[in-house]
Amino acid sequence: MNKRMIAYVLGILLLCEAGLLLLPVAVSLIYSESTLISFLLTIGILCAAGIILIHFKPKDKTIFAKDGLFVVALGWIFLSLFGALPFFISREIPNYLDALFETVSGFTTTGASILSDVEALSKALLFWRSFTHWIGGMGVLVFVMAVLPLAGGGGDLHLMRAESPGPSVSKLVPRSNKTARILYGIYLVMTIAQIVLLLVGGMPLFDSITISFGTAGTGGFGILNNSIGGYNTFCQAVITVFMTLFGINFNVYFLILIKNFKGAFKSEELWGYLGIMGAAILAITLNIRNHFDSIFEALHHAAFQVSSVMTTTGYSTTDFDKWPEFSKTVLIMVMCIGACAGSTGGGFKVSRVLLLLKYAKKTIHSYVHPRSIKVITFDGQRVANETFQGTMAFFIVYVIIFAVSVLIVSADKHDLVTDFSGVVATFNNIGPGLGKVGPTGNFGSYGVLSKIVFIIDMLLGRLEIFPLICLFTPSLHIKHFRKKL
Amino acid sequence: MNIIVVGIGKVGYTVAEQLSQEMHDVTIIDTDEDVINDTLQDIDVIGVIGNGATSKTLTDAGISDCDLLIALTGSDELNILSCLLAKQLGAGSTIARVRNPEYSNDLRLIKDSLGLTIAVNPEREAAAEMQRILKFPTARNVDIFGHGKVDLLSFHINRSCNLCDKSVKDAFSRIKTKALICAVERGDDVFIPTGDFVIKEHDTIAVLTPEKTAPDFFKQIGFRTTHIKNIMIIGGGKIAVYLAKSLSHLNVNATIVEKDLDTALNLSYNLPNINVVHGDGTNRSLLLEEGMKKADAFCCLTGIDEENIVLSLFAKSVNPNIKTITKVNHTLFREVIKTLDIDSVVYPKFTTASIILKHVRSKTSRDGVSGVEKLTRIINNKVEAIEFQVSPESRLANCTVQDLTLRPNILLGSITRDGEVIIPRGSDTLMPGDSVVVVTSTERLTSLDDILTKD
Repeated sequence: MNKRMIAYVLGILLLCEAGLLLLPVAVSLIYSESTLISFLLTIGILCAAGIILIHFKPKDKTIFAKDGLFVVALGWIFLSLFGALPFFISREIPNYLDALFETVSGFTTTGASILSDVEALSKALLFWRSFTHWIGGMGVLVFVMAVLPLAGGGGDLHLMRAESPGPSVSKLVPRSNKTARILYGIYLVMTIAQIVLLLVGGMPLFDSITISFGTAGTGGFGILNNSIGGYNTFCQAVITVFMTLFGINFNVYFLILIKNFKGAFKSEELWGYLGIMGAAILAITLNIRNHFDSIFEALHHAAFQVSSVMTTTGYSTTDFDKWPEFSKTVLIMVMCIGACAGSTGGGFKVSRVLLLLKYAKKTIHSYVHPRSIKVITFDGQRVANETFQGTMAFFIVYVIIFAVSVLIVSADKHDLVTDFSGVVATFNNIGPGLGKVGPTGNFGSYGVLSKIVFIIDMLLGRLEIFPLICLFTPSLHIKHFRKKL
Repeated sequence: MNIIVVGIGKVGYTVAEQLSQEMHDVTIIDTDEDVINDTLQDIDVIGVIGNGATSKTLTDAGISDCDLLIALTGSDELNILSCLLAKQLGAGSTIARVRNPEYSNDLRLIKDSLGLTIAVNPEREAAAEMQRILKFPTARNVDIFGHGKVDLLSFHINRSCNLCDKSVKDAFSRIKTKALICAVERGDDVFIPTGDFVIKEHDTIAVLTPEKTAPDFFKQIGFRTTHIKNIMIIGGGKIAVYLAKSLSHLNVNATIVEKDLDTALNLSYNLPNINVVHGDGTNRSLLLEEGMKKADAFCCLTGIDEENIVLSLFAKSVNPNIKTITKVNHTLFREVIKTLDIDSVVYPKFTTASIILKHVRSKTSRDGVSGVEKLTRIINNKVEAIEFQVSPESRLANCTVQDLTLRPNILLGSITRDGEVIIPRGSDTLMPGDSVVVVTSTERLTSLDDILTKD
């Protein structure tokens, strides 16, 4: 393993985070808040650590697949550990573990909170909390890559592959850093569009920026205690549309950008995603129509809630925990399916669901016609066997981690719905679940061990499980072990 | 530039890698999915799976925005077809690899009538390189500039050489012929030497010298120059045919050993002046019987690298004075091969890659006037020697050499003016129309003006 290169990339990553922290610094200057010191202190610590790590300037810049996984996993852990410092230093979240939970929840675009009173936080910290969503949504290393080429050759691709959500990562253009730039360009433009539309809808500037950050990253940190419930219907509708948009594979936008509309609308995942979403909205609207004055209001809230949990954003306009059981079950199901691969959303991903369904269909077909040969295609392309194996392995590991997490968390004295939906909500990077961790509740009542489990679940969910697992796989460290023995 | 490379074999991979390193946007096309996936792991390019001679695949690869298509599949016909189609679909220019000796005479016709920008023939280029080496057997590698007027010779320094343990300034004060050391390789490092640089044993040095006085130069630094009279070639492939044809003008006795009877018969028919032997080139007694001990030069051109290397080592052990030339296809282990005592090694892959690179560089040149005339890579591909034409608009035109502030690791090697070769001193002036050879170990030059510092 290329340890120097890993240290070097991590150093750059920390310096980058220091740079990004300048934005909340500006916010605290504007509102002349006392949090300024805590941000400056964090920047100082980050710069020191970053410069030390950069000191290992590597001669050999090659990054192999395993180095890529390693860098991404360690990078996200480091970012979260340091990113939690402003909350902790300013004493607004006095417990470091709680601060870490909040930060991990931010970077992984989960949006789960341990705070019962969000409005008590200072503006700069609220801004930083939402900004972590925006950074985490598209990925930090992708951001670094857009700014400067890291490894060159195939190395950048390994990093991108390890960080991007979805079963397969393809470049849009030949160069990795141009691909990263295009992705961030689309991301930025869409975020700005949403900010402008929210301003038009009469939302204050600070609110529209932070809410847009949360939507773009499919995060879900609100800045009011009732999430999005306090804003007008127009703003809620805008957020609904943008949540849906940010849950779509960014390749589709790129294809539209280069005017390849045929290719863009050929995407099976896009139609699968919109189809599932539409069906869920319809089912819930019919189910909850008696809870609201008109069917349109029911549709409005159903659409908002479904797109919110399916894209794994986690905003809420109303307390859906009070909805009928059928609606809640539908919500839990779309929570697990999640958004499209290559979007900023989390979850199991629509494309994986579609792949598994196709595979199941093929297997059933082969029971009836044992000798038949059938090639499975996705978006008109042949799907390699390895892709199926990968998807299946992912599914198995997903279920195991899920079960283990629920088991550990259930040691705290909560009800099963709360524990189960809490793990669903953190592992799929959604945010609120049902019961005590529903839209009006929070994760503050859980114990230390459970919080750690939730933190790990959030990271596992965002990084698509494998990078983090590989970090703790003995075979990577075998030499080290042997030396000790 | 947007570049599409069709066919990712050994040459295709090298070219794609080099172009990607020079910050071009490269798209690769191959029919083999595994090849594409493996390549994407290693180099920063994008891949399309499919036949590069169909409009669907080419459109998928973005042919309409492409500035250059390079067709390097194993089949000449496919390459030409691919280029033809690319041209119709809007590609800027096209390069095809055409290597069948039967087509070699028609290359010009193919180029002109089909609108190909250039057609590369790696085997012929490799044969030309070997022929140059055979003219100067003392050198490890020979490259020519200024339409054959200037030689760039790389050779190994040993005890018997006059340059050994002397500084560049000292050594050259005693040498009467015009010559300039432009690069020195020591271990894994490469230096562009200054006057105080001391040359040591085991260095490999590259010297620019006028072609006419090159033999004289070797004599003065204490190398024995020999003439090749008897040459043995193992393997009767395409390179051997081209090499034998070019040798027929040089009045040497050549023997080709070929394993396949039909191929041997064809060789004998096409090359009546050459002694063709049907037999296994790895057969020890056959080699000795056919006069390996008497031969002055021994070229190993079989399709198997390991065989070539072992045969060259064997030839050296039997006859220490023999000049061996070894063809090696794989470039991965050249650090190891470098340490072997087998004189010259020719990598056809690199030869092809530098021709294509030259073309790409001259197209990317910023001002579009002072294009690259010729580009070669010497000393294990670590140093580039590039020939530029000085255009009247160039910042260097009508400047004296001592007024130029060159970027580090760049050396102004030689000037060719009206067929006259000048090794530049401080007082020399660059005139428009001159051909200038620039040697660099770090920069990737696309224009002559790039050698100056930015301000």
